[in-house]
Amino acid sequence: MKWSLIIELSKALMFARLKQTGVAAVGVMFSITMFVALLGFMNGLNAMLDGLVLNRTPHIRFYNEIKPNPNQPVDESPDFSNSLNFIRSIKPSTSRLAIHNAEKIIQTLESDSRVLGVSPKISSQVFFNVGTIDLTGVVNGIDVEKEAQLFAFTDYVTSGNYEDLNQTNTILLGKGLADRMLADIGDVIQVTTAQGNQVQLKVVGYYQSGLGDFDNANSFASITTTQKLLGESPSYITDIQVKLYDLDQAPPMARELEQIFEIDADDIQTVNAQFETGTNIRTLISYAVGITLLVVSGFGIYNILNMMIYEKLDTIAILKAIGFNSTDVNRIFITIALSIGVIGGGIGLILGFLTCLGIDQIPFETEALPTIKTFPIDYNPKYYLIGGSFSLITTYFAGFFPARKASGVDPVDIIRGK
Amino acid sequence: MSEKEKSVLRAEGIDKFFFSPNKNQVLKQVSFNINRGEFVSVVGKSGCGKSTLLYILSTMDTDYQGKLHLDDELISGKSHDYLAKIRNQKIGFVFQFHYLLNEFSVLENIMIPGLKLGKVSRDELEHRAMEKLKIFEMEEHALKKANQLSGGQKQRVAIARALINDPLVIMGDEPTGNLDKKNSDIVFNKFKELAQEFKQTMLIVTHDPEFAAGTDRIIEMEDGRVIRH
Repeated sequence: MKWSLIIELSKALMFARLKQTGVAAVGVMFSITMFVALLGFMNGLNAMLDGLVLNRTPHIRFYNEIKPNPNQPVDESPDFSNSLNFIRSIKPSTSRLAIHNAEKIIQTLESDSRVLGVSPKISSQVFFNVGTIDLTGVVNGIDVEKEAQLFAFTDYVTSGNYEDLNQTNTILLGKGLADRMLADIGDVIQVTTAQGNQVQLKVVGYYQSGLGDFDNANSFASITTTQKLLGESPSYITDIQVKLYDLDQAPPMARELEQIFEIDADDIQTVNAQFETGTNIRTLISYAVGITLLVVSGFGIYNILNMMIYEKLDTIAILKAIGFNSTDVNRIFITIALSIGVIGGGIGLILGFLTCLGIDQIPFETEALPTIKTFPIDYNPKYYLIGGSFSLITTYFAGFFPARKASGVDPVDIIRGK
Repeated sequence: MSEKEKSVLRAEGIDKFFFSPNKNQVLKQVSFNINRGEFVSVVGKSGCGKSTLLYILSTMDTDYQGKLHLDDELISGKSHDYLAKIRNQKIGFVFQFHYLLNEFSVLENIMIPGLKLGKVSRDELEHRAMEKLKIFEMEEHALKKANQLSGGQKQRVAIARALINDPLVIMGDEPTGNLDKKNSDIVFNKFKELAQEFKQTMLIVTHDPEFAAGTDRIIEMEDGRVIRH
């Protein structure tokens, strides 16, 4: 059986009921438009919210945790090896926060093929002296260039130039912290370290992450400045941050490298498990809503095809009488259903894209999100692919039962009935 | 057996029952033979089973007992798809209510069974369809939609459609039953012309005695039986 004839017949039947066919196609179009717009918008927001934390979070972080030594002398002694030893009030040993042999570790990591980049960091607790009041806070000593490259540092520097951090004795304050200290760019502030060193630092800019608590306590300085502040040697590093090519490799790699380097390692999945859960649930909800829309439009197509079959019983009977078999009739109605799906779905995808472009233009400015100016949209082709294939699947099933009914029409019944 | 006597349609002991509302035998041991080139009419009173017989002969109704041979091939018990193919290829239909597809032009209506058969190219088919239309003097209406024609014109187009695949036999179910005297005469004359000029085998169910009188042979039915053939 030639498809050209089937298509010709389907076309004629559709044009005969142009209005109904149009309504069915508009139904599909509307649901696909909503599906694409909804998912684009939802996932744009998801990506933004996740990015808020995940962009800045290293995939693996190496550090020395301050904790009591698990190997106590009494356990090592052969005299007590068969006894159950109770030791009370163990204190952490005077282990260093600094990572031993940091330079070598960084070199090893950088030559690892799974690693995108490595950035060292020093985290130090300080007091910011404002008149007679001391505010507690943190100075993060960073490698400015690497931080910008790997962790989108520059996105969050709202005023001032981040490159000025490379000059010694400069600091970039969290916005909340700066507001509390009334520190303008160019002002000099005084910082006291936990060891009691007092240093004067020049404010070169503000940092705003969107997380208020973070901005109220954190500030950034170059590694050299921080080492000077703490009175430590140039090899002093407390954290090594690693960004991988594939985020999913973080947990096994963290376990593996922890053993090799004999330091503590945290991976992003463990630290930020709740973000993934949130994202998954939001995605699930948007898919559920989108698919519901499509199913509803599927019922619309089902109704319209059923109506069409009742109206066209004569046509079906005559086609069968002149030699069309059930399969041909079935194909004609499936073709009608799929055409509605293709046309409605196609226009829906285009309109969905335009809707996304529209939403993308709507201003969305909040204090908390300095880098976001308009609503975020995800233009991932995946959603268009899913929307497109789903429109075909639903219209196919919407056409399946009416088509089966049409193919079962007995021409004798119809012709005799006249 | 000469070409003239070759059997086109042969029915052997056909029984047909209707089961609703209760069991009722509408055809009783119907047997007859139609040879190539014969113009046969089936007559009988309303309800004598002549239309039922025609639907069985046309292969559309498969729920019967007995044997049916078309072109010396047993077609009882064949699959629906195979029967559809036979209808397309070997049988031409004319119904009481013309049954053209209103969505298509006259020319397309005639071409559809040919397109389904798919033996010749579309251009060739279009040419053939025009030829058939010329037989019925309908060529100037070729591009009109089917529903723009009068009843008599539609019936002529329906006959042209029945002819498109050069079928072995044309079956008609009261083809003039719904037409006025003038159109009825035109249609009858066309059947007559087909019989004489083209030696077309035809089996027409009718209750118009005038029509029947003009055919080569009359099969008369009464109460589900053939009483004369």
